[in-house]
Amino acid sequence: MFKGNFIDNLPKIYGTYTGGFFIFIILMAIAEQAGMTAKTIGILFVAFTVCIYAIIGYLSRTVQVDAYYVAGRQVPTVFNGMATAADWMSGASFVAMAGGIYFGGYTYMAFLVGWTGGYVLVSSLLAPYLRKFGCYTVPDFIGTRYGGNFARFCAVVVLTLASFTYVTAQINATGTIASRALSIPFELGVWVGLVSILLCSMLGGMRAVTWTQVAQYIVLIIAYLIPVFWISNKSGFGFFPHFMLGEEVARLGALESQFGLVKNAAADIKAAGVPGGLKSIAVSHAGVPEGGMAAWKFISLALCMMVGTASLPHILMRYFTTPSVKAARKSVAWSLFFIALLYTSAPMLATLSKISLIDPNLPTGIIGKPIAEIMQIEWVNAWINVKQAFIADFNGDGILQLNEWFMRGDVVVLATPEVAGLPYVISGLVAAGGMAAAMSTADGLILAIANALSHDIYYKIIDPKADVRKRLLVARALLIVIGAAGAYIASMRITSILGAVAWAFDFAMSGLFFPLILGVWWKRATRQGAIAGMIAGLASGTAYLIYVYPKFMGNAPWLGIDHLRFGIIGASVCLVVMVVVSLMTEEPDKATQQMVDEVRIPSGKTILGKQH
Amino acid sequence: MSNKEKHWEKTKGLMIITLIIWFVFGYLIFMFGSDLNTSSFMGYPLAYYMCAQGSIIAFVVLIFWFANRQEKIDEEFGFTEKEDD
Repeated sequence: MFKGNFIDNLPKIYGTYTGGFFIFIILMAIAEQAGMTAKTIGILFVAFTVCIYAIIGYLSRTVQVDAYYVAGRQVPTVFNGMATAADWMSGASFVAMAGGIYFGGYTYMAFLVGWTGGYVLVSSLLAPYLRKFGCYTVPDFIGTRYGGNFARFCAVVVLTLASFTYVTAQINATGTIASRALSIPFELGVWVGLVSILLCSMLGGMRAVTWTQVAQYIVLIIAYLIPVFWISNKSGFGFFPHFMLGEEVARLGALESQFGLVKNAAADIKAAGVPGGLKSIAVSHAGVPEGGMAAWKFISLALCMMVGTASLPHILMRYFTTPSVKAARKSVAWSLFFIALLYTSAPMLATLSKISLIDPNLPTGIIGKPIAEIMQIEWVNAWINVKQAFIADFNGDGILQLNEWFMRGDVVVLATPEVAGLPYVISGLVAAGGMAAAMSTADGLILAIANALSHDIYYKIIDPKADVRKRLLVARALLIVIGAAGAYIASMRITSILGAVAWAFDFAMSGLFFPLILGVWWKRATRQGAIAGMIAGLASGTAYLIYVYPKFMGNAPWLGIDHLRFGIIGASVCLVVMVVVSLMTEEPDKATQQMVDEVRIPSGKTILGKQH
Repeated sequence: MSNKEKHWEKTKGLMIITLIIWFVFGYLIFMFGSDLNTSSFMGYPLAYYMCAQGSIIAFVVLIFWFANRQEKIDEEFGFTEKEDD
């Protein structure tokens, strides 16, 4: 069917795949009409897509080191862009982001700006230079640029801490989706999720993860965009929601002042027995809070997310797989393009969901209507039964007020199709999309950790004479161990999905951002400086997190720098310590300086050999 | 100045311009969020529009522009990669 080599045929292969997926959706829609139950449809959607990923993972198996670590450095720019987008957009982006905007409004949207703007830093400061360097992992760059096993070791520690914080949240998300779609207990769902994740990465490492991530991107973007466009059209809000919801946003502002934005007292919420994690709308949708402090909080959150983006190893390592330095730059642009397709749609989905629920003139509206009547609605009942929604009649008037309707943020993505009266096939599609988003990110993260441990710790430090077979064996064994550890911690549910995700960014920026960029942009940066910077940055950031986080010491944040923003402290300390120590120590030797000069030139051979 | 040094000077210049534009769309405009929100764009309050779409689109365009400019600089100094590298 396909002539020529695999890479040349990529557009055809993924074109066929996308067509096949659409046919599957249509078949499911027909099956729904024919009377197939919602539960079966959900199971088929998740099972079918996961099987496809597993097949891709199996077909991409490899016994070569550079295929395992960097996919043979032959991933074309656009496809690497899609893979990075899937790698990047986690279960949190897919399931929780629209919900975050729904409850947090403008203030929450600092995450959108932060999670996209970071790519400007990646493209202009890092990706092309790391590609020229020719490393397999991020600590590989630190270890070679600064020299010495200890610098390499410190980088592995930061990488592991940041990525591991992130991966537990992803495995948690796969567990939640698997348990809901397959109707199994959460604890079992986590392990089902883990097995699916490992099926994609075990045999082929980076090569397998790359080609499954492209497939996962296609599923997740279809699953996100179809409902947004469908709801907007069906409910008459406009053919192209991104350009046509201005009126609805204005209407939301009017409704907010009509109903009043009431922040419920914690004691009332407790007395009414609202399940944990459920919220009511208390913040304006599009209004900007007044004052310098509010602006600083917005900007500081965006800053942490941007700098964190540029330090997260599972993202940076995706740009090691392109065929050239030029391609690495272009590939960053494509990544952000594919990410933007989803990120610009999330606020639209939040707007659609909110207006559908709170506008009493719409048939779907529930606010301002008698509670007895609302309790008859099927979807309301279903979500209340699983403790994802709640009604508390605080003023006892029998009418649902804006502050009396509670739900979990995830419900925005998961229930809006149902609220708008879309067929169940769409809900099944959304479950498959969420699963794809969480799996692809988890795969990237687990691989980043396992590769750093197997390449930088095992091969470079412990046993430099190990042969290829042994290296790949260790890499695969570590993949299982790390995945299992992540799944075990995920099943204990320590923090909410989003808290943990923001922490990963802060950890990464505290320890890695300045050692990485100064390694390229400042020849004078020394080994001692980098080591001191990584240790001081990570230690001060972590200490500050413990100092402010309510569940630890719970002190008042300094200058509004709370537990979501502790990277500002860590990264500043890292920068100062690294510069001071570098200037106090002897400048790097001639060979190192020449190496930095070489990195800055795009043409010519990579610094590290093809196989190392 | 050698060829390499000139190339690096230009590369640094481009990096600084890129980061200035990044700063404007990522931070500067949001320092004046409440003022911006009094105007509107396509019916959306402006500050809301900028974080929902405006800045994100600006970042995408900026990175494509940066990649093209950098390629021109590499060409100018003869550092273009050969396909078989």
